[in-house]
Amino acid sequence: MTITIKSLSREEYLLPGNASCPGCPASLGLRLLGKALGKNMILVVPASCTSIIQGPYPKTSIKLPLINVIFASSAATASGIAAALEILGKKGVHVVCWSGDGGTVDIGLQALSGAAERGDNILYICYDNEAYMNTGIQRSGSTPYGAWTTTTVLGKRRHKKNLPMMMVVHDVPYVATASIGYPLDFIEKIRKAARYKGFKYIHLLAPCPVGWRFPPSKTIEIGRLAVLTGMWPLYEVERGKFRLTGVSRSLLDKSKRSPIVEYIKIQGRFSHISEEEIRILEEYVDKLWEDIRKIIS
Amino acid sequence: MREKIVPISTPAKGAVGKTGFWRTFKPIIDREKCIKCLLCWLYCPEGAILRTDDDITIDYDYCKGCGICANECPRKAIEIVLER
Ligand SMILES: Cc1ncc(C[n+]2csc(CCOP(=O)(O)OP(=O)(O)O)c2C)c(N)n1
Ligand code: SF4
Ligand code: SF4
Ligand SMILES: [Mg+2]
Repeated sequence: MTITIKSLSREEYLLPGNASCPGCPASLGLRLLGKALGKNMILVVPASCTSIIQGPYPKTSIKLPLINVIFASSAATASGIAAALEILGKKGVHVVCWSGDGGTVDIGLQALSGAAERGDNILYICYDNEAYMNTGIQRSGSTPYGAWTTTTVLGKRRHKKNLPMMMVVHDVPYVATASIGYPLDFIEKIRKAARYKGFKYIHLLAPCPVGWRFPPSKTIEIGRLAVLTGMWPLYEVERGKFRLTGVSRSLLDKSKRSPIVEYIKIQGRFSHISEEEIRILEEYVDKLWEDIRKIIS
Repeated sequence: MREKIVPISTPAKGAVGKTGFWRTFKPIIDREKCIKCLLCWLYCPEGAILRTDDDITIDYDYCKGCGICANECPRKAIEIVLER
């Protein structure tokens, strides 16, 4: 079932006048999360740009119950809330972890893996801006090869950690990737995930104008290019069944993918990149899709 | 009497003030060109585009001037001008 823009609620759960940077993918992601699930949601948020976007005490820009936690404990806290709801017999309340990539692929990984293995009834969403943005653009396990950050001044030398695939092997009911360039696809995946009891994971690519060095008007465009160039495949794995989604469905055929330079050339974080490094990134993308081909066949 | 402090924030518009003051550039909708597809409403990270059933207006109190709406408009119906 495809969702139409007109069908979306006008209710906003991220209120305007918050502290996000202009063009912020995290704030759009939060807005869309509110559109997807509405008010029956409890958020768990570790330190990240989101804790700033929330706003300073005694006001907050997020119109949902939300608890701030230390990095390493997000998924564990969410598990606890889900268990409490179960004991109280409260149904229809979604417990959602909303964490950055640093908080997910690095610092929160142990608690995340534990909650997934136990099958706790939570939805974990990682908004991936590919670095520790809130503290000034330090590299994370999710930063791609070649990208400049303040701790990889000559470009990162390792590839991005493939966290969604790591969640797939946890054998949970629902895992999906999404991009802020395709908001309706993201909403659809959140709603689908929420229908499952147990552990659900969505990894949202969130191009950040500040950290990736591009004009704030290009957030959506870059989110789309990540998908069209094959750098970020859109898929979902429902009860172990893998399915490419949206435009990614036609991108197994390499000739249908846009050249990755279209994605790279508009981001200042790649401005120093050499031909050799572009080739290494191309090989990475080819391998990503070869692995997908193996899964499908 | 001891004062009780509870660290719970309450939701409010403008939690950090009227962010419209941040603007360097200002989006302006051309009513003639707009086809009311609502894409700008969907993409605005601020929720600064107000929507009725099938029309939109920009809430300049909070619009940060990022320019996403203008960049995404399929009809190029949103112009970006220098704020003054
Ligand atoms: C244990 C601990 N270490 C470091 C910090 C400082 N810190 C706050 S936010 C942040 C960055 C988080 O990065 P990420 O999870 O990717 O979220 P983003 O800021 O990019 O949205 C860091 C390092 C902290 N709050 N707690
Ligand atoms: S640094 Fe990036 S992710 Fe963080 S608030 Fe600014 S635009 Fe959003
Ligand atoms: S310029 Fe940015 S903040 Fe202002 S209405 Fe357009 S998308 Fe929203
Ligand atoms: Mg981050």
